[in-house]
Amino acid sequence: MSARTRPITTTAGTLPFAFSEAALAECRSIIARYPQGRSKSALIPILHIAQAENDGWLSVNAMDAVAHLLGLQHIEVYEVASFYSMFNLHPVGTYVLDVCRTTPCMLRGSDEIIAHLERKLGIHAGETTKDGMFTLKAVECLGSCGTGPMLQCGAGYHEDLTIERVDALIDQLRARDQRTNYTDR
Amino acid sequence: MGRKLLLEHADVPGIQGLETYRAKGGYRSVEKALRTMSPEAVVEEVKKSGLRGRGGAGFPTGMKWSFLAKPEGVPRHLVVNADESEPGTFKDRYLMERIPHLLIEGMVTASYALGSNLSFIYIRGEYFYVSRILERAIAEAYAAGWLGKNILGTGYDLDIHVQVGAGAYICGEETALLESLEGKRGNPRIKPPFPAVKGLYDRPTVVNNVETIAAVVPIVNDGGEEYAKIGVGKSTGTKLISAGGNIKRPGVYEIELGVSCDEFINSDEWCGGVEGRAFKAVVPGGSSVPIVPYELFLKTAAGESRLMTYESLSDGGFASGTMLGSGGFYAYNDAQCIVRSTWNHARFYHHESCGQCSPCREGTGWLEKVLERLEHGEGRMEDIDLLWDIQRKIEGNTICPLGDAAAWPVASAIRHFRDEFEYHVRFPQKVKDPKHFAKEPFVRNAKFATA
Repeated sequence: MSARTRPITTTAGTLPFAFSEAALAECRSIIARYPQGRSKSALIPILHIAQAENDGWLSVNAMDAVAHLLGLQHIEVYEVASFYSMFNLHPVGTYVLDVCRTTPCMLRGSDEIIAHLERKLGIHAGETTKDGMFTLKAVECLGSCGTGPMLQCGAGYHEDLTIERVDALIDQLRARDQRTNYTDR
Repeated sequence: MGRKLLLEHADVPGIQGLETYRAKGGYRSVEKALRTMSPEAVVEEVKKSGLRGRGGAGFPTGMKWSFLAKPEGVPRHLVVNADESEPGTFKDRYLMERIPHLLIEGMVTASYALGSNLSFIYIRGEYFYVSRILERAIAEAYAAGWLGKNILGTGYDLDIHVQVGAGAYICGEETALLESLEGKRGNPRIKPPFPAVKGLYDRPTVVNNVETIAAVVPIVNDGGEEYAKIGVGKSTGTKLISAGGNIKRPGVYEIELGVSCDEFINSDEWCGGVEGRAFKAVVPGGSSVPIVPYELFLKTAAGESRLMTYESLSDGGFASGTMLGSGGFYAYNDAQCIVRSTWNHARFYHHESCGQCSPCREGTGWLEKVLERLEHGEGRMEDIDLLWDIQRKIEGNTICPLGDAAAWPVASAIRHFRDEFEYHVRFPQKVKDPKHFAKEPFVRNAKFATA
């Protein structure tokens, strides 16, 4: 299996999913961008909205709702969701910390940042803290090579990281305790 | 040296907004093209300019445009590639963040030249916040009549939409990008047919990089011949270089093609020299291009000064040269380990392989695995030849260039730094500490040095 195909979570008992009215309206305006009969083009943008509406991850119920909205087979949605690394296929913490680990960031010290976060949060990259607050992900190049090491949390880029800045960020996020999504404005 | 065609106004306060952008001469190229030029004449200017694709491949843009099929009654599309995922590259992000209207203006002019009434910007999902900046700029352009129906009363209509991706390096490859834009997995298509004939929705499509489309603005304003006066030989115009790694002044720089490599890396105008003890190696054009020892970056194997041009950087072929690529530049100081960085590169390509072609899907995994054990002092001397063998079996045997991109960093690292790989086998205890060259640099064995 390719590194780019990841298993989806099919556990029974995941919560039911329904788009909010505001989200539905946004989905409809996205669908209207494409020529007649090409609404499948809206799939990725709408999966982002569904993920933000489902506590930061794509359950089978959320993906099935997207399939229904776009008139697609369920598998057409699963195969796309499982390809793209920004789609979380398992429950995640309130904050997902995407720390870049690719070469240009590595040259500027990303290994130390990841190791520090692992120690500080008591988890390995890829895991979520027991209190459900943080998910730590080591990800590939985020296009911030001149300002590395860096991490992404929600829509925001946190750059030129040092151990002190990471600590301050974690404290700040803990105090705020409000979910961030890539789609945040 | 030092003319700026794209970033001239990048630091002007308020340049993100239409009013300031317009006050600085913005959207003149749209007025000129739509009011006084035929679409063919715009294509002709781009041909004369010698502009080459700024995403990495360096293919002549005018030629790409002239390949666009024009069957009767079939819509055509321009798709801007803002997927920018090549490690080391962050120039398009900078341009879109700082001067979003430059991209929109270039798109209107280019779309007019190509006959597209519906154009897209495909931007990587991680740049969500940049997509919001672009959406605001697009809304302003609609309100001011630079987009929409009957632009400038000329009867030309154009809609532009921003499409976000969701994390996949492969979507920077143009056919994978089109698949993704159609709502599918980013698996590259077999070429031919090329997108110019069968692209988005099977319609004729041109896919161009952000910087390429932005460069259309000065080309139309000043004429292709003026643009071609900048640069050296077939490397015309200016190029954005995003500089990172162990240099004093990381950032995005617009250079006139033809600046000397020595000046670029050491002058305070640009990189400002080494951060650390000494430079060891350079990757000048994004992670896919061959890594070269610092000395070979400064001078060709024949001893001539190297220039920041497509031709000069590739002088000597893969034996002693590299490539300008995307302009994703990063330099290594002598505390860095080449084996560790090559392992890091290999892990990236393994992670990003779409999995369609066996040589890439399996080969990138093997490269990662073997490099990981070498780096941790668990390798064997035969592993070095094994790596060489694996990368050769990937190169040229895949649908898209990701396979080559995965092979070249490994091949060039072994070619130029074989002694460092051997050191990892000979002295496994010395490489247990991940920062094994931090205190003392690795001293190269003259026998293996190529420079």
